[in-house]
Amino acid sequence: MMRQYLPAAIVFTAAIAAWEGFVAVFHIPFYLLPSPRVIVQMFLSNTPVLVEIGLYTFREALAGFALGCGAGVLAAMLASRSPGAAAVILPYAVASSSVPIIALAPLAIVWFGIAQGSKIAVVTMMTFFPTFISTLRGLLSVSPQSLELMRSYAAGEWQLFTRLRLPASLPYMFNAFKVSTNLAMIGAVVSEYFGGPQKSLGVYIISNNAIFKTREAWSAILVACALGLGFYFTVVIVERLVMPWHVSTREG
Amino acid sequence: MAVNRGPIISAQGVGKVFGAGSQRTQALDEVSLDIQSGEFISIIGPSGCGKSTLLRIVGDLVEPSTGTVTVKGKTPHKARLDRDYGIVFQTPVLYEWRTVRRNVELPLDVMGVPRAEWGPRAETMLQMVGLKTFAEHYPWQLSGGMQQRVAIARALVFNPSILLMDEPFGALDEMTRERLNTELMNIWIHTSATVLFVTHSIPEAVFLSSRVMVMSPRPGRIDRVVTIDLPRPRTAQTRATPRFFELITQVREGLREDPAVGGA
Repeated sequence: MMRQYLPAAIVFTAAIAAWEGFVAVFHIPFYLLPSPRVIVQMFLSNTPVLVEIGLYTFREALAGFALGCGAGVLAAMLASRSPGAAAVILPYAVASSSVPIIALAPLAIVWFGIAQGSKIAVVTMMTFFPTFISTLRGLLSVSPQSLELMRSYAAGEWQLFTRLRLPASLPYMFNAFKVSTNLAMIGAVVSEYFGGPQKSLGVYIISNNAIFKTREAWSAILVACALGLGFYFTVVIVERLVMPWHVSTREG
Repeated sequence: MAVNRGPIISAQGVGKVFGAGSQRTQALDEVSLDIQSGEFISIIGPSGCGKSTLLRIVGDLVEPSTGTVTVKGKTPHKARLDRDYGIVFQTPVLYEWRTVRRNVELPLDVMGVPRAEWGPRAETMLQMVGLKTFAEHYPWQLSGGMQQRVAIARALVFNPSILLMDEPFGALDEMTRERLNTELMNIWIHTSATVLFVTHSIPEAVFLSSRVMVMSPRPGRIDRVVTIDLPRPRTAQTRATPRFFELITQVREGLREDPAVGGA
């Protein structure tokens, strides 16, 4: 585990050092690009506020993630009941996932209000389609022979679902969940750019940026990054607990 | 046992056609066979001779186009619903999310066997195939031969009266195949299962079977039946006896007689 992440940690440290050095050597003014050290100092000087607005935005991401992924999994389960219907739906689902749903954020404010509702709606839409597509593919991915094995046991539909289709689709689901953590953070923060309460990350970033308080903006971006990474790795840990058998978990 | 004197598996004039028009393939033509309870029957033939199709028709995984199959006096469909079949495919088809033990328990789980029985029965089967110490491993941690032994344990754990094996050792190297042949013999004497075994290996068919049915391709039909009178139990020594080689020659001649592969 440690060894696995060691190269990444080295690259990360080197990149931060290069950034710090670049800013110092070329005397980059802080309003263009503050150094990592300055960003962290800014965060430390304003931690309670940043944590509060971070958690406010994170709740939107989490709620939208839960709704979008939950609905995606349920819709995929329904669609998989009829492979014929699934074949008709799937191309449209794939097409809708290429629609930039974030473009709907201003409209979502009209529909669901300026507060958290509109942000949750955008995140829900952004996470629904990838989860739906991936889970449906997973549910339909079982090999003909796995099905024949179940057939030879005279297994019923429910047993086929719980003993074969569902576990076989778990890796597909978790891939979608991991992508969705990222989409959820993007959806929540960017939606807030179009309007929201002062105590949200997006509004904090855009309002400070507007008056060239870029160090403040950067410190909020730092919080967004930390929350996004934490979200992602939480799902990775859950994945490992749920699928100890999977390729992604195999070591040595 | 003495009550039912008829064959456990009977096929009469079974034919199978795949596709239509220019794509039409006659996979099987007028295949008839009778298998008695407790026999070990191999079906041997070149690739594409329809031997797997025949096994799949018996196991109700494919419908025949013509003819009838009777299994224990029932249709194959009824026999499948009665869970008369244990099946081993060419690939192990283990569920990768289940440990070895949980894979062997799968049929018991599906068939509604009380949970308390799963552990002991899986344990017994794993002991039989020599994998008791691997019970908590996942399939990917096992070699191909070990995985196929798990598949055999899984096929036998619910005591099916008929074991259908579709080239189960076809993907393994020759040495592993011979070892598993010997193991399969040891396991089979402890069961009362009738085996229908599809293979393209002549020594394998001769070593295992009570009778070898030789099939010709396109359309697939049974050309010759060779009765294997080698004494049981058969061991590694059996492979060195003159009678073993005689029978191998007989089966080989049966395959050669076929005009489709003649001179090959």
